[in-house]
Amino acid sequence: MNTIAIRTSSLRRDFGPIHAVDDVSLEIAAGTVFGFLGPNGAGKTTTIRLLLGLLEPSGGRAEVLGFDTRTQADDIRQHSGALLEHSGLYERLTADDNLEFYGRVWHMSKADRQARILGLLTDMGLWERRKEAVGTWSRGMKQKLAVARTLLHRPTLVFLDEPTAGLDPVAAAALRDDLSALATREGVTIFLTTHNLAEAEKLCQRVGVINKGRLLAISTLDELRAHNEVPRLEITGSGFSEAMLSKLRARPEVRGVAEKSGKLSIDLQPGVPTAPLVRLLVESGADVEEVHKGKASLEELFLTLVEEETETPGVSKAPGF
Amino acid sequence: MFADILTVALKEIKELPYLRRDKSRTNLFTLILFIGVFGIFLPLQTGKGWVTSPLNLLYWTWLPFMLVGTTMVDSFAGERERHTLETLLASRLSDRAILFGKILAGVVYGLAMTLMCILLGLVTVNVAFGKEGLLFFPAAIGLGILAVVLLISTLASGLGVLVSLRAGSVRQAQQTFTIAYFVLFIPLMIIPMLPATVMQPVIRFLMQTDFTTIAIGAGLIVALLDVVLILAAMARFKRARLILD
Repeated sequence: MNTIAIRTSSLRRDFGPIHAVDDVSLEIAAGTVFGFLGPNGAGKTTTIRLLLGLLEPSGGRAEVLGFDTRTQADDIRQHSGALLEHSGLYERLTADDNLEFYGRVWHMSKADRQARILGLLTDMGLWERRKEAVGTWSRGMKQKLAVARTLLHRPTLVFLDEPTAGLDPVAAAALRDDLSALATREGVTIFLTTHNLAEAEKLCQRVGVINKGRLLAISTLDELRAHNEVPRLEITGSGFSEAMLSKLRARPEVRGVAEKSGKLSIDLQPGVPTAPLVRLLVESGADVEEVHKGKASLEELFLTLVEEETETPGVSKAPGF
Repeated sequence: MFADILTVALKEIKELPYLRRDKSRTNLFTLILFIGVFGIFLPLQTGKGWVTSPLNLLYWTWLPFMLVGTTMVDSFAGERERHTLETLLASRLSDRAILFGKILAGVVYGLAMTLMCILLGLVTVNVAFGKEGLLFFPAAIGLGILAVVLLISTLASGLGVLVSLRAGSVRQAQQTFTIAYFVLFIPLMIIPMLPATVMQPVIRFLMQTDFTTIAIGAGLIVALLDVVLILAAMARFKRARLILD
């Protein structure tokens, strides 16, 4: 099998004047879970449609599993599974009927279909409910069934478009656990879109951040953090005066200072020592109770990337580009 | 390709309003109404003419048209409205397998329901009027009915597909289809109900003209319409277009 599952080169899709996907170039290794992060309307779903050959690109090219999306879309769909924006389940049919249908679509033999349905529904905890019309199920159960349908024919590549969207936290966590286990067991390449960063952190080896159709970053989460995270000093205490804060802001190693309810947050340049700053505060008369050195959360990092793109469109911070 | 068409058709048949597990009283009532009208009421009203009059071919245009049309609307516009179409399009199925699978299911359904009504109608006229012997369609009328049902089912399929693909919702598709029905069939339904003074010359004309010629001519026109509508549906039913819709 090709070691690169997905390769795009300056991929573009326009809808009139809107660039839904704008000059996206990426490579995703086979057998990995890739997270495609971005806010609503960022271009995530359009990218999936382009990769599945459901939409023609306006420019650039994409290769999926070694097949060209323009000319070999049937081959791509033959070897892929997709859980798109909606679960796509036939709610008037039973779970069994839904999986039977898609098993036939992929020309699975009767014995293979039945064994696979038994395996997947048992793994998902749905086997006992297989004869019920899907319309009577909870959203979480439907989503699990949709994942089972996506994996039914043992695709080598799976597209999951916000699989936990709209689920309550418990159902979302359960589905994430199932996805994580399945990804490991089945060894498939997963292209997962989400705006849930905890989900990306749990499931993905590599992530890409997209906003307004442009790819802002692509790397592992650790690399992304290393390149973009801002070291931060959080100091709890009292007696933080405005003069003290001005002194801090004037120092070259400080990128920003904010004070709220007795808690001081100091964003720093990478790699600077923090002890002189604490000393400065104490010598200036502040009562320091607790000092915590940390980094901005993944969510803050994501927001920073997206906001920077909004403020200065076209300026990419993508490491590896 | 043929296996894929059958797969889609089987799924569609399982989803038919009268066969699926969540069948409602409304659906059941509609089914009983169709069977009651075409299998019992009209044969009783018409008497022996139910099997002998060529004009009764017109009745068999209405039933498959409505049955197949509403099924097609639910199948195409409904699939989009229920957000199942995109997943189907993301599968390995070709556009044509999806299209013809759905059409096949509709036509089979129309044929089966109409044949059921025909058989029940035969039982009804024989029980009510068959004291002098078995009443049955003459061969020409029997074959004519089968041809009419097949041609009209295909016509309704093609029209249903095109209406559904242009409609924003199932309701809108149903409304458009109903308008099409009125435009096409109300004149045909009125003819048998015209007063005898008006009907006599019509019947005389039909009796003097070779029935087979009229039937074949009408059949060819409908067959031509079928081909045009199916070709239009094939041109319209394309993945990229459906995704953008």
